[in-house]
Amino acid sequence: MLKDKVAIVTGASRGIGEAIARKFASLGADVAIVYAGSQDKAEAVANACAESYGVKAKAYKCDVADFEATKELVSQVKDDFGTVHILVNNAGITKDGLIAMMKEDSFDDVINTNLKGAFNMIRHLTGIFMRNREGCIINISSVAGIMGNAGQANYSASKAGLIGLTKSVAKELAARGVRCNAIAPGFIATDMTESQADSPLLKMIPLGRMGETEDIAEAAAYLATAKYVTGETLRVDGGIAM
Amino acid sequence: MYFDAIAKIVSERTGCDVADVKPESTFSELGIDSLDTVELLMNLEDEIGIEIELDQKVETIDDLNKFIQSKQG
Repeated sequence: MLKDKVAIVTGASRGIGEAIARKFASLGADVAIVYAGSQDKAEAVANACAESYGVKAKAYKCDVADFEATKELVSQVKDDFGTVHILVNNAGITKDGLIAMMKEDSFDDVINTNLKGAFNMIRHLTGIFMRNREGCIINISSVAGIMGNAGQANYSASKAGLIGLTKSVAKELAARGVRCNAIAPGFIATDMTESQADSPLLKMIPLGRMGETEDIAEAAAYLATAKYVTGETLRVDGGIAM
Repeated sequence: MYFDAIAKIVSERTGCDVADVKPESTFSELGIDSLDTVELLMNLEDEIGIEIELDQKVETIDDLNKFIQSKQG
């Protein structure tokens, strides 16, 4: 389904990003695994993709919040893989705190990685997508960006920002064959949501359970191939943000 | 001078006569929108083998010509 496609997935050494990278590889795509933290984990994901599915996979360390670093990254991936067809902006961090006590750094850091990081990646890949007259961008937002979440003003703002970014990019680049969509995951069982295991919000999920990373990976695979879908924010949240 | 290269690419793109592309012609009167200009620049990069990053708006053919020269200088 994604044979001969090249995908870049940020934040792909674990959690949702890892699941998306593995899913895309299982569908035949070559994958660039971008990570900020653990080189061992990222390389393990790359090796698993290559060995299990016979695709090309390589890990790249990059802080997506750094404009110049992302430029370098894109150029490196282009050299290694020839081109890029799919970008998944998944890299994200949380620095939770009540707004009354939130430090400026906590706000800036979360915006810089989650929102500006997506801008950086899109900015440097747009030229390639336009030249190819083909491109698919998937931004991993969150239900927090739709509903808000107490204690996550910074995170929710970054994720709501991604939805606006998604729609604007979708409008700008539609005529060039480039689609841009967002996924708004609900509570997905990952390292990031470990601290929320006792959140009262979990009881409010209509489908009655946390989601799996695989649920998001399936949504990403759908959007990667949904040729008539652009500017959409797809909730994959067990119904919590209805 | 990149005028000739620009004029050639503009005429290929819009189907107009290359002689109708003047330095003072604006992209909008040539039927080229701002995103087209970005693409045009990509074609130019291929044509003249340079790498240019368009980080400002250009209104006329001459603007673009000068912009590329400034980046090359």
